[in-house]
Amino acid sequence: MKTLITELLGRSPVAPLQEHIKTVYQCACQLPKLVRAANAGDWDTAEKIHETIASLENEADRLKFQIRSNLPKSLFMPVPRQDLLELVLVQDKIANITRDVSGIIVGRKMRFPDVIRDDHERFVDLCIQAVDQAVQSVNELDELYETGFRGAEVELVEKMIRTLDETESKTDRLQSQIRHKLFAIEDDLPPVHVMFLYIVIEKTGGIADMAERVGRRLELLLAK
Amino acid sequence: MEYQTIYLILAGIFGLFMAWGIGANDVANAMATSVGSKALTIKQAILIAAIFEFAGAVLAGGEVTSTIRKGIVDADSLAGTPELLIFGMLASLLAAGLWLLIASKKGWPVSTTHSIVGAVVGFAAVGLGMEAVHWEKVGKIVMSWVISPLTSGIIAFLIFQSVQYLILRQKDPLAKAKKWVPMYMFFTAFILTLVTIKKGLKHVGLHISNNEAYLYASVIGALVAIIGAVVIARIKPDPDKDKDFHFYTVEKVFAVLMIVTASGLAFAHGSNDVANAVGPVAAVVSTAKTGLVGSKAPLESWVLLLGGIGIVIGLATYGRRVIATVGEKITHLTPSRGFAAELAASSTIVVASATGMPISTTHTLVGAVLGVGMARGLSAINMNVVRGIFTSWLVTIPAGAALSIVFFYLFKAIFSH
Repeated sequence: MKTLITELLGRSPVAPLQEHIKTVYQCACQLPKLVRAANAGDWDTAEKIHETIASLENEADRLKFQIRSNLPKSLFMPVPRQDLLELVLVQDKIANITRDVSGIIVGRKMRFPDVIRDDHERFVDLCIQAVDQAVQSVNELDELYETGFRGAEVELVEKMIRTLDETESKTDRLQSQIRHKLFAIEDDLPPVHVMFLYIVIEKTGGIADMAERVGRRLELLLAK
Repeated sequence: MEYQTIYLILAGIFGLFMAWGIGANDVANAMATSVGSKALTIKQAILIAAIFEFAGAVLAGGEVTSTIRKGIVDADSLAGTPELLIFGMLASLLAAGLWLLIASKKGWPVSTTHSIVGAVVGFAAVGLGMEAVHWEKVGKIVMSWVISPLTSGIIAFLIFQSVQYLILRQKDPLAKAKKWVPMYMFFTAFILTLVTIKKGLKHVGLHISNNEAYLYASVIGALVAIIGAVVIARIKPDPDKDKDFHFYTVEKVFAVLMIVTASGLAFAHGSNDVANAVGPVAAVVSTAKTGLVGSKAPLESWVLLLGGIGIVIGLATYGRRVIATVGEKITHLTPSRGFAAELAASSTIVVASATGMPISTTHTLVGAVLGVGMARGLSAINMNVVRGIFTSWLVTIPAGAALSIVFFYLFKAIFSH
């Protein structure tokens, strides 16, 4: 049944955006489990987790396209359409990188050397924590819409984004520690293996970077 | 007059049909904003609509009814042939009713008011001659169709800005909501009562002085605000659904306010749109009974009653479904937004009713929703709808006019010899 009022109120992009980052988070959450299974040499489990990651990443892609197609130019919104599209793009990259990392680990049956194993597992956990904090800030979007992106709620979200930034800085520091330790032992390991260890560490750090960029995009919404 | 009884019966049936259409579509649309935001259940919405539509029609519907009844067609030009006015008004009712039926089957968002005004102007201009139409009055009516959505948009914008500033952006929105929401209730009841007393009640035969009007409006406003404040005070924060600023509970406070504004909107709607059905009927009744055009006979009360009953039947039979589906689709119009739109629309509509302007209540509500959107209140508004409104104007007026011309000549052929 179409009436002027139903036609007038376009579908709000908030819930779909939150749904999307929730899926992205579920996807990223699998990574610590996968890394631990791989380190334990449990390749069956690792394989299964990788499949889960792949299907969640597909789901996130699907949601991303859905959001895009539901944001036509004729919509009038309190925030620029472009900013919302870029937010979902950054959110989606978290899932993409997770899938890349898990693909490399499973594909190459990669185990982390003992010297950096603990640090690396901690590093992965910390990156996922950054994603979790990004999810929390995006979950404030409906409250932000409620207040029209002004006032006390904005201060709360700004605080959340600062916490997210701090977590990301921690992952940076940990990442460089791990690199140092890896550098010290790299001559004893097969060169190609070392190459891919560096790649995986780099990419995992990228997850936290993307989480931080989710915060940056939210901040842009607040600034306007 | 020869066929007096037949004319009366036909007018009754067509008027009922038209009122049914108004109840089924227009009212349903207006009430759906409250159902969508969960401020009311469907049953409550229908009950409120039935009571306040009726009250609006009877207490404040007189001016618009008289515009439709004798403001558009020049009575002097018909002095010798009262039947022509009867044919024309019957034709207009049938034309507008039929057009609304077609449009709602097709899902076109057409306005009842535009249909009936188009129909009356159509039969008068073609059936009676161009000079039989009060073009100056028609010009004013058309202007009011542009002005009313604009005005209600601006008012909604300002109301919502005040809500943002006073409540939503504060550190303790819940406490602020409990403090300010009764004020908005006072304002809603005050403005509706004041306009009704000053402009509407003279048609019911009550004459009240200016000072008394302000006094009564203040008393009613205060009563509504006090009752509201008592209800609001009982609302407790919901720790499961609330985040830091308790916006979930804040919206529940606004939901109470929305019951008040929804009643106001139903009242305003009744005061304006019932005339679309009742105005032509009243013209037929007074002409058929007295044999005179434009007689000073007062509006007969059973005519208004007929309009009220028709609307309630329309609501109960078909409007229920419209409310349910529309309500489901607009759930993200939360009470803090919905009330601003409803308050702005209903104040605009009652002022239009008081000045006898038949406006489109749905378009006025659309203007109000746009106003809330412009104040960054809504997450997404489809601007294509504005284009759709202009299209519906361009189509509805000629369609109503053409149909009524056809029916006019049909009635003339049947009853004249």
